[in-house]
This record gives sequence, structure tokens and C-alpha cells, in this order.
Amino acid sequence: MNVIIDYGLGNLNSVQKGFERVGLETKISSDIHDIKNSDSLILPGVGAFRDAIKLLEEKNLKDIIIEEVKKGKSILGICLGMQLLYEKSFENGEYDGLGLVEGYIKKFDISLKVPHMGWNDLKIQKENPIVRYIKEGDYVYYVHSYYAKGREEDVVAYSEYEVKVPGIINKDNIYGIQFHPEKSGNVGHNILKAYKEIIR
Amino acid sequence: MLAKRIIPCLDVRKGRVVKGKKFKDIVDVDQPEALGKFYSDNNADELVFYDITASNEGRKTSLEFVKRVADEINIPFSVGGGVSTLEDFNDILRKGADKVSVNSSAVKNPLLIKEASEKYGAQCVVLSIDAKKDKDGTWKVIINGGRKNTGLDAVEWAVKGVELGAGELVINSIDADGMKEGYDIDLLSQITQKVRVPVIASGGAGKMEHFYEVAEKADVDGILAASVFHYGEININDLKKYLKNKGIEVRI
Repeated sequence: MNVIIDYGLGNLNSVQKGFERVGLETKISSDIHDIKNSDSLILPGVGAFRDAIKLLEEKNLKDIIIEEVKKGKSILGICLGMQLLYEKSFENGEYDGLGLVEGYIKKFDISLKVPHMGWNDLKIQKENPIVRYIKEGDYVYYVHSYYAKGREEDVVAYSEYEVKVPGIINKDNIYGIQFHPEKSGNVGHNILKAYKEIIR
Repeated sequence: MLAKRIIPCLDVRKGRVVKGKKFKDIVDVDQPEALGKFYSDNNADELVFYDITASNEGRKTSLEFVKRVADEINIPFSVGGGVSTLEDFNDILRKGADKVSVNSSAVKNPLLIKEASEKYGAQCVVLSIDAKKDKDGTWKVIINGGRKNTGLDAVEWAVKGVELGAGELVINSIDADGMKEGYDIDLLSQITQKVRVPVIASGGAGKMEHFYEVAEKADVDGILAASVFHYGEININDLKKYLKNKGIEVRI
């Protein structure tokens, strides 16, 4: 069972639909037993970092997620869900994340419009099974005002938006996607398909 | 670099698509979900649905079709029409829309923009403005589906809307709408120079050159059209190839 973690933020339905289209069954749940018994975890999210981490703590999910991932369970963080994987965020203050990936989340300090919203092209930095079915220059759909600053070796693919925006990151059993694969047409579909094969 | 978004707009009345009866290639063109899927599969960058009867009749967006469409597509999806409360935002987002657009109700109650933006994030609050050129050369905000002139200055209202928390603007020129003579470049340029959120041009598309012209001259982030797409006069893939050849960044 693959669990989409429901902590009260974000449109989980479209993430579930996205996986359904590639033939991966998921269960939307906030139940601790479901999370413990799952084969893999998906952490979605739209909204503010502080609210998200607070909700994860209130629902006693934070420690369990960390524990399960440290045991080797696969996790995929999408959008805010990817940002939560990092050590810290500086979104309206300073908040601790799950600390599964080294680095922090910072606000765009650029002359271009913020949020970074729309279709941007991906540059592939590193070979990785998650980009197996896509190619350099494929477009994906982003909506965010903060981005990850972490280790270069974790970045699989990125987009240019005055600064280098990590689009897909991977460290061991941990994957993060800053854009919305479930809203990124065929390219997004192919990323989710590749992810399904990774966790199989 | 961000691609300019090409956005088909579908008008829905009582759960059926109003424009689009001559649509080729799919069987039941009246079904919003069938048209939505067609566009999603054929390179549209986003879909906009308006329940066009909602505001004028004081009726809520028929939520049923929102979910049916959201389930069929995998591109961003914006819904508007009759949205006047935070509860409407909540309902529409929960049915699977990514953005909610407000128009008449935001003029009557500007705080709706602020509250929705604080609660759901600016990225899902779209302020849609219907503008009509006045004799004095400025543009005025028209509400209730083109029926009522508010006397508000459209450019000022756009700026105010962004200050209140709108994360995107859709600017529809009432004068250009349906004329097929091109977008209102002056109006759009004035707004894009003054705001720091994406601006979507609406109203006036007749041929491919119009898309190029508005992308090039008005610095808009997205270009919306209805009939030229629905009636098959312009194919989105052909349009994107044309724009790309002209040096406009698009998602192919």
C-alpha cells in the first residue's frame, strides 16, 4: 500500500488521480498504522511551510515519517511536500523541517515575478531512474515562492528562473519534486510512471 | 525560462459547454469533461472554465462539472463564475480546481480577495476583470457579465486587486471580445507595467498573429481564447509552432 499523507493541506485528489493514471494505487490517509504499514509514502502539500509542519506535529506524523524513511521506506515529497523534507525553511520566520535532506528553503530574491508560476523547462543534471522517460528541455508546471538550497549532488533536474531552482531531488530512498507532476501533462505522467517503477 | 501559456476558455451553462458545438474530433462536444480532456491531451497549458450564468442569476457555480473535469485532465485548471464567499473557494478547490477566479463579487467585496489569498494562498486567487474603454480614454470595470459599468478604473482596480492578494489577473477587453481583431495591447501593457503577478490576456483573438502581437508587445504571461480554439480555426499545436518560430517561448 502506498500512502498519500493527509495532514489537511493541498489537493490530494489530483495527486491520487495522477498516480492512478500510471497504475499506482494509493490510499489517502493520516492514520499512523497506515503509514507504518505502507510500502511507500507520498507527501504532497500546498500552502505555508509553518502550517504544514505544525499540522504534521499535531497529528503526530512528523516523527513517524522520519522513522519510517530512516528505516529505508521510499518517500516522495511534492511541492511543499518536497520542501518539508529539508532541515529548515525561512518562509516567514525560521522553522524546522523533517531534516531528511540536507539544506534549507529560502525565498526567491530575484527581479522576475514571484511566485514562480507556470511551465518551465527542465535541465537534467544527473542520471537517475526518475528521469528515465523524460528528456532535457521538457516542460513542467511550477507554482512556488520558495525554493531549495541543498547539496548539488542531490539535484537530479532543475529549472532556470534567474536562479537555479531544483526541480527533482534524490537522496537514497528520498525523492522530492518541486513542480506539480500531476499537473504537468505527459511529462509529469512519465515522471510518476518512472517513480512507480522505482518503488516497485 | 517560463513559457507563455496558451489557455482555452470554456463557458459552461447548466453543466453544458456553450461554445464548442462545431468542435471536431470528439463526439459529444457539449460535455465539459470531454472538451477539457481534449485540450489537456492536445497541448493546452491550462484550462479556464466559467459558469457564465452563475453570477447574473445569483447562482453558485455548478460544482458537479468541476470534479468531472478535474478528474479527466492533468494540466492546471481554473474555475470561475458566481464565486462570492470563502466557502465557494473551498468547494471549488476541493473539487479539484487549482485556481478560483473572482470578478463581480470582488468589486462588491474587495476583502474577499484578501481573505481568500490569506487562507488558500495568492497562487490560487485569480482576479478576472472585464474592462471597457471609456470616452476619456481610460478603461472602466464592467461587472455582471458585461451588464453593469461600475465606473471603477480598470488599471487601478488591477493594481488594487494585486495589493489585496490576487496572484494572477485575467484581463478581458469587452470592446475586443468577439471582434477577432486582436487583443487590447494598450490596456494590457498598462497593467503589465504596473503589477508583479502573471497577467493573462483575454478577448480579441482571431488569428495567430494576434497571439504573437500580445505576447511580444504587452508582456503578458498567458493568452486566453475561446471560439478560435473551439471552432477549430486555430489549432493549439500549430499556434505554438508558429509562436516558437517567431521567438516566443512556448511549451511544445
